[in-house]
Amino acid sequence: MYNLIGAGLIVIGGGIGLGQIGGKAMEGIARQPEAAGKIQTAMIIIGALLEGLAFGALLLGK
Amino acid sequence: MKIAQKSIKFLTIVAISLFTTLSFASESNKTDNQNDGGRVNTKQEINDYIKHHLADSHDFSLFSYTSDAGERKHVGFSLPVIVWTSKGLVTFMSSEFHHNDDGHVIVEKDGLKLAKIHSKIYELDNGATQVSFDETHHAKNAHKILDFSITKSVVGILIAAFLIFFGFSKLAKQYKSKAIPTGLGRALEPLVLYVRDEIARPNIGEKKYKKFMPYLLTVFFFIWILNLMGLTPIGFNVTGQIAITVCLAIFTLIIYISNGSKDFWMHTLWMPGVPKLLRPILAVLELAGYLLIKPFSLLVRLFANITAGHSVVMGIAALMLLLKAEFGTVGATGISFFLTLFLTVIEVLVAFLQAFIFTMLSALFIGMAVEEHEHH
Repeated sequence: MYNLIGAGLIVIGGGIGLGQIGGKAMEGIARQPEAAGKIQTAMIIIGALLEGLAFGALLLGK
Repeated sequence: MKIAQKSIKFLTIVAISLFTTLSFASESNKTDNQNDGGRVNTKQEINDYIKHHLADSHDFSLFSYTSDAGERKHVGFSLPVIVWTSKGLVTFMSSEFHHNDDGHVIVEKDGLKLAKIHSKIYELDNGATQVSFDETHHAKNAHKILDFSITKSVVGILIAAFLIFFGFSKLAKQYKSKAIPTGLGRALEPLVLYVRDEIARPNIGEKKYKKFMPYLLTVFFFIWILNLMGLTPIGFNVTGQIAITVCLAIFTLIIYISNGSKDFWMHTLWMPGVPKLLRPILAVLELAGYLLIKPFSLLVRLFANITAGHSVVMGIAALMLLLKAEFGTVGATGISFFLTLFLTVIEVLVAFLQAFIFTMLSALFIGMAVEEHEHH
């Protein structure tokens, strides 16, 4: 029961984080379309780091 | 054209040699489900099947079903079991366990009694004839032994290694006679260049990237091919084994630790430009980051992504059994088919993305370690 609540909290946190990353990256691309490639790469790296954190927490909570 | 014909021939031979060794053998009764006429609870069976798929196994089972007579039939082939016991090396085929996974079938070799419990091989203690369990379902009178078996994952790794060797030796040979490769090589060359120009060069730096290219290419293609193999119906789940991802992360750890420059150790252990009192605290944090957190996040990301992907795809595929009552056979199959198709297409993307991310972050960490700072 408690680990399910924990999983929900992790997903909320991860969702907010990913939303921030994706939203800001899109803003950046809209402002500077010529930098789209670089922004995308950086976005994927930060997304992956966040994902590692969230998955780590999920695994520890299991 | 010639290469296309040759590769079709080769693939056909591989497929035939795989399927001629199918053994329609071994029937084991599911004793714990006898009371409902041998049929098992659908939800329970789906759950067990997903769990069984995610774990490594000692035999290569393609599918299994319960016959009308209530017998459990397994279709697949057995793999060799190689274990190091108290009396030395023991080898036999996994078919001797008759697909039993809860320790009821005891295999006797050279006076040793071996049982398989949850895909782990146990050796029974002296005098014991049967495995007995305590309340937490741990074996009381048996102990684990060193297991070097050719398991399903090992078969997957061997196939991937063969594919990589086959594809790249062909590509390398072609450069001797012509500048532009043909056939399979033409598909592989852009990927190699992609790893070099988008991953290694910007992250490690123009001067030092060449030394690390072999590792980055190997790890990229290893993870990518195994991820894609996991999406085939043969059902490998190699990159979803935590042991495999731990090994890959340890390789990266060893590489960036052993190639760390003087500046890297300086900045990790005794950070310049920071009050002296804070330096030991920073050193502890930095060391924990490099030795524990970075490899841990590398290994957990790959493992959790692949495991989650596989279990979601299998769960969605199993929906057709659960929704049969509400939507009829055709409706339930249609819903499940399109959802599975959709998820599998996403998984193809994830397969590439995870290989890319693992290589990218490895390159990033290596780049951080080998970088030489300019002193002002």
